[in-house]
Amino acid sequence: MERITIDPITRLEGHGKIEIFLDADGNVANTYFQIPELRGFERFCVGRQVEEIPLLTNRICGVCPEAHHMAGAKAVDAVYHVDPPRTAKMLRELLYSAFFVTDHTTHFYALAGPDFILGPDAPVAERNILGVIHKVGLEIGGKVIQARKYGHTVIEMIGGRKIHPCTSIPGGLTKGITEEQRQEIEKMGRWAIDFAQFSLNLFSDIVLGNKTYLDLILGDIYTHKTYYIGMVDENNKINFYDGKVSVVDPEGNRIGKYAPNEYTDWIAEHVEPWTYLKFPYLKKVGWKGFVDGKDSGVYCATPLSRLNASDGMATPLAQEQYEKFYSTLGGKPVHQRLATHWARLIELLYAAERWVQLATDPEITSDNFRTIPSEKPTEGVGIVEAPRGTLTHHYWTDERGIATKVNLVVGTTNNYAPISMSVNKAASSLIKKGTVVTEGLLNMVEMAFRAYDPCFGCATHSLPGKMPLELTIRDADGNPIEVLRQNC
Amino acid sequence: MSDKFEPVIIGFTCNWCSYRAADMAGTARMKYAPNVRLIRLMCSGRLDPTFVLKAFADGADGVLVSGCHPGDCHYVEQNYKMLRRFHLLIRLLKQMGIEPERIKLVWASAAEGAIFADEINKFVEQVRALGPLNWGASKNGSEKVMVQETATEVPA
Amino acid sequence: MTTNGKPKFAMYWAASCGGCEISVLNTNEKILDVDANFDVVFWPVAMDAKYKDVEAMEDKSILLTLFNGGIRNDENEHIAKLLRQKSQILVAFGSCASEGCVPALANLSNVKEIVDTAYTTISTDNPNGIRPQPNYTVPEGELHIPTLYPTLRTLDQVVDVDYYMPGCPPESQQISAVLDLVIQVIQGKAQLPPKGAVIGAGVSTVCDECKRKRNEKSIKEFKRIQEIMLDPEICILEQGVICSGPATRSGCGALCPTAGAPCIGCYGPAENTLDYGSRLLSAVASVIDSNDPKEIDKILDGIPDPAGMFYRFNLAGSLLKASKPAWDK
Repeated sequence: MERITIDPITRLEGHGKIEIFLDADGNVANTYFQIPELRGFERFCVGRQVEEIPLLTNRICGVCPEAHHMAGAKAVDAVYHVDPPRTAKMLRELLYSAFFVTDHTTHFYALAGPDFILGPDAPVAERNILGVIHKVGLEIGGKVIQARKYGHTVIEMIGGRKIHPCTSIPGGLTKGITEEQRQEIEKMGRWAIDFAQFSLNLFSDIVLGNKTYLDLILGDIYTHKTYYIGMVDENNKINFYDGKVSVVDPEGNRIGKYAPNEYTDWIAEHVEPWTYLKFPYLKKVGWKGFVDGKDSGVYCATPLSRLNASDGMATPLAQEQYEKFYSTLGGKPVHQRLATHWARLIELLYAAERWVQLATDPEITSDNFRTIPSEKPTEGVGIVEAPRGTLTHHYWTDERGIATKVNLVVGTTNNYAPISMSVNKAASSLIKKGTVVTEGLLNMVEMAFRAYDPCFGCATHSLPGKMPLELTIRDADGNPIEVLRQNC
Repeated sequence: MSDKFEPVIIGFTCNWCSYRAADMAGTARMKYAPNVRLIRLMCSGRLDPTFVLKAFADGADGVLVSGCHPGDCHYVEQNYKMLRRFHLLIRLLKQMGIEPERIKLVWASAAEGAIFADEINKFVEQVRALGPLNWGASKNGSEKVMVQETATEVPA
Repeated sequence: MTTNGKPKFAMYWAASCGGCEISVLNTNEKILDVDANFDVVFWPVAMDAKYKDVEAMEDKSILLTLFNGGIRNDENEHIAKLLRQKSQILVAFGSCASEGCVPALANLSNVKEIVDTAYTTISTDNPNGIRPQPNYTVPEGELHIPTLYPTLRTLDQVVDVDYYMPGCPPESQQISAVLDLVIQVIQGKAQLPPKGAVIGAGVSTVCDECKRKRNEKSIKEFKRIQEIMLDPEICILEQGVICSGPATRSGCGALCPTAGAPCIGCYGPAENTLDYGSRLLSAVASVIDSNDPKEIDKILDGIPDPAGMFYRFNLAGSLLKASKPAWDK
């Protein structure tokens, strides 16, 4: 069979490749999205002192260590059956909100921005962060750097370090913040709210105001009707740090909300032998393969999912945007994957508002930021929303608090099946018999996975990103008949 | 030459007591197993755990550590410092897969040549029974491991 | 291949987490200096050059390559060798490439156990015991994924390395300082340090940078951090919680002890250290307040995981490198 290999996938965390097989008519027969990595955290965290595991799992991902640290911190609290004081939870959520601002900023401006602000068919040489800056002005680049800088400053103040925070322990935190730090955090947070609104306006002007892009977003190529999950608080409003996980079906009906220690009733992971990553699916529905629909257990866990799975945003400005989002796109739930970029900016605004909300709470500077656990450690689950999806940490220990078993279901992993389906659908829709395969077309296949923000974005300065992809088209005997290259 | 496994053992001895004990055994022509290569330290307190790890990493099958009896250290207390390190070291070695029986601590005074020789003989047999350690015999992990299990065919 | 005369720069990640990349980007405006002074020819996370492009480059045509991540599988090793061939200066960047870092803890297990654990967790649905295959035939054709090696190795265990930059990740201000130095070298204003040097870090230990007060240490009981309220002014080790500061290289500013948490050793061994773990072991043993073997053992029960604690970041780069089960087939 003819075969197109895209290797490596670029501008995302980790290594990955796509194999596209064409049938005799030149249409796409199947697509395989392979992940070639395994490091073994679930094994080597066993035998370690459990309070260290949030520090070890930081190293699963250096882009979102905050997510692993928080999920780990909550899991360890659960292991020790200890409830941290309110100030500790608020400080953790404050760090987490600032983190969401940096991370969503990074993704939107360096990864997604170029595709929308310049267009998927724009010359490759321009289709990167520099092209974005040329189009919208140098000032933007400075704002993006500032947003990341502010976010990491808050992370360091509360988490001890900018990357791989170290301050969460069973029962709370190792330090609090001073009034001076609080004032600085508040000031940066208010700037972040302005920046988030600016970003949404930018999206509105440049993307929604452009019919071509709007058609792309609303089009069928990037649409999948799947289940959606996301963490919500007791009012069913999105909360990244704590709550229960809401699950809605493709028609938007909530079929349940599960607490952290109930996740095994809901989520199972399917294994394929051609990739190291597993495919989570909803147990109650079952694994039916890489298909859409109410009868397929495939689900999505992204900013779009979170908006779909919730009843609204907990902060006023973000709530306004939430309502505008759904009224523009024709109601809940929204299935168009490219709309995830918009949903991400709405979350950016919520994160900034929450940042200020927490920074202005009178108890945020209290020095009651720790409780010493009094119970023996056993087992616990911690769940948070990572920017890329619901993150679950589950630890078991012996009576000394040494880990005996560890299970992790990581953010992007939740989306492995939908990503594979999105890439397959995009490829199948775009590559047909007689299609001339161009760079723009290849980029549109990549846009299918980029919407999910698979764990990594290059931050402020994506260097002159030419998208070099190589397409080798082979005949039935495997002999190359044509090699198409862009920028390589 | 027999085919019997001859353990390679590195022995760290202190200048004032145990090294002299070994000397005494030698001058008295006491026979004891030749497997132990002695390294003289001024004091057993000089024993850096690095020496022990390097010995095992570089091919030793066993390590013997010897010093003055508690209370008799030529430098007053340093053998106690070694004692604390030693206890922690065996726990570490156990986690690394090196049996505690491959490392032995012997207190010996300069006059205890016969006892020292006897301890060496016993230790050599103890290590012989465990077999060679062959640390890192798989060439630094450069061989690929084919992660194979019989796979179920995935239908199209 | 570059028409603008700028020296070439590359950054690559093997088995890593991406934190080193983020730390480079956290140099904020400094990254613009990189762009001004270098032609970035290969950096998969940030721009889109491919392996084929590197293969097509002339040997030694890349001036500086920052390589982070450990060598876990055959693809990692292949790219390490390729980049060594194409680069003049190859830096083992970050803890993973220098000494293994956290993923090297996998060396305490056999790789089969690692794989088995991942595909049989409580939430994994795998009734037929499927394991990923390096080569697998699907109806459409053959698919490949890299093969895992029995242990994780450091960069210098597979290729010759010119410099080491420690840290998990290296702190951004250290990265800025190193970038400045390299730019000065390019401009002929400075000299490179001798080959094999550790750059971007101090030569002493974290204790030197830590502001806590140090008195006499005599520990009768080791404590875990969740068991006591630490005094923020006094040395953490002195209070009975194990801190890796005494064995760890300086350069980070003692961030973690300043934040109330013990140092966990991410900056690697101090100068002239053959084996990090044994240094830390000696330091910890030296504070035990007992001469009685039985009491010593009881105190040591407060360290339930010596291998994981003393070799948290440095197992692959240690003398023993891995535990015996990892070597065994």
